[in-house]
Amino acid sequence: MRWIRRNVVVVAGLLTLAYMILPNLVVMVFSFNKPKGRFNYEWQTFSLDAWKDPCGVADLCGSLTLSFQIAVWATIGATVLGTMIAFALVRYRFRARGAINSLIFLPMAMPEVVMAASLLTLFLNMGAELGFWTVLIAHIMFCLSFVVTAVKARVMSMDPKLEEAARDLYAGPVQTFVRVTLPIAAPGIAAGALLAFALSFDDFIITNFNAGSSVTFPMFVWGSAQRGTPVQINVIGTAMFAIAVLMVIGGQLVGSRRKKAATP
Amino acid sequence: MTTTAAPPAPATPPVTDATVRKVPRRKRLVPYWLLLPGILWLVVFFALPMVYQASTSVQTGSLEEGFKVTWHFQTYWDALQEYYPHFVRSLLYAGTATVLCLLLGYPLAYLIAFKAGRWRNLLLVLVIAPFFTSFLIRTLAWKTILADDGAVVGALDTLRVLDVTSWLGWTADDRVLATPMAVVCGLTYNFLPFMILPLYTSLERIDGRLHEAAGDLYAKPATTFRKVTVPLSMPGIVSGTLLTFIPASGDYVNAELLGSTDTKMVGSVIQSQFLRVLDYPTAAALSFILMAVVLVVVTVYIRRSGTEDLV
Repeated sequence: MRWIRRNVVVVAGLLTLAYMILPNLVVMVFSFNKPKGRFNYEWQTFSLDAWKDPCGVADLCGSLTLSFQIAVWATIGATVLGTMIAFALVRYRFRARGAINSLIFLPMAMPEVVMAASLLTLFLNMGAELGFWTVLIAHIMFCLSFVVTAVKARVMSMDPKLEEAARDLYAGPVQTFVRVTLPIAAPGIAAGALLAFALSFDDFIITNFNAGSSVTFPMFVWGSAQRGTPVQINVIGTAMFAIAVLMVIGGQLVGSRRKKAATP
Repeated sequence: MTTTAAPPAPATPPVTDATVRKVPRRKRLVPYWLLLPGILWLVVFFALPMVYQASTSVQTGSLEEGFKVTWHFQTYWDALQEYYPHFVRSLLYAGTATVLCLLLGYPLAYLIAFKAGRWRNLLLVLVIAPFFTSFLIRTLAWKTILADDGAVVGALDTLRVLDVTSWLGWTADDRVLATPMAVVCGLTYNFLPFMILPLYTSLERIDGRLHEAAGDLYAKPATTFRKVTVPLSMPGIVSGTLLTFIPASGDYVNAELLGSTDTKMVGSVIQSQFLRVLDYPTAAALSFILMAVVLVVVTVYIRRSGTEDLV
């Protein structure tokens, strides 16, 4: 009893963690399933079929490619525009700052379905053809605010003296920016870009409204929930999970090695 | 070269107040050039659509004949009358999920911030890791976990929990899927990381010595928690609850995948009015009401919790 009372936080925390990880484990295990019907919700027998042929389902890998393309371009767009805004907000004084701050905050404080519906109204009114471009426009729009927030936090904590020092050492404005400002701001920009990529790649609601007949990966999964879920979905989910975790671990290792090298 | 803004540079520039203060015009415009593309994007693709939607919500007509602005505010009233159960349900489910996220997330955030030691980074990775698999796939996994003849439902049934929950109206007919409980469970699951990360950031900033000080002053652990930890983690609690409640209130993925027609949330209605029924005015009106409700709830909440420096 005493042990439980002393470790109640640890036990509760780990239970929450289990709750969060459990679906991932189910996805992983069921990627080796061989379902009887069209739906992959019940365990039948072990099989490697889906892993051997991940693109074996019509349109699956096409949707994956489309999602990837959109996410890459949305990340580039949102990161460039967002970084510019973040620098302007931190470094300069200008009029209408309050209005601009609210304009950046509001997309994050808006249920996605509201933005999705209103954007579709705009596109319908303009007679725009729904597809790749409308989805890309939408993704850049909702990723922008998150990039601004991430970069702003980093730029705010930067020491302006470092740039002054660069200028004192006869670096021009461009040189100062490229060789001093940008490298210091890089972690914030990278965090913003990563967030934008993740948000764009996994977005469903806004995409579903504005994609027309294009099908992104989340839309494919949504459709398959109605028509029948192929095991390949789980394979791709598991593979993405594994790649991302490996990348994080790799990044950590490189980071700690660098730290070790820096402190002899 | 007539508009060159750079001042003529003498061999030794005299640094006076005048030269420091007189910023060249081109430089003064720099922030506006930096802001222009991004802000323009937000104005055209975020603010302008709201205007279009406002106009759509007071239009009447049909798809074939086209819609015209007739200032038909009746649409709002009709939409509210027909769909208020969906609004109530959305707020109820989102609110419950937010409270559950806070109750489940706080211990984990606390554990990572104060007790994890060298496991801290690993635990943080584990909190973020689920994100790497598409949330729709993970939500579908709950169909397996909560399956009617699965282990979870079996255990809940044996423990007589299902009797209690069905008496409360959360579950029905000895099953969890297709009930409010499944939807809330899915919502809680999907938005937990959005609660944990802000909580962790604000807990991590707390100086551990404050806990020791409270202990030295004969505060019991529970008192220390209530009087020191919770107040200091308030910013995290506020932003975590907002990051959970706002998206949860508009979500329709969990309600559609894990629920039934009796658990439809307002997001489902907006989606089907817009994409299937093609009744644009009603959809626009519903979406506006949802936006207004969320903004009111959020503003009141921020005011009451006394942290307005979020914006």
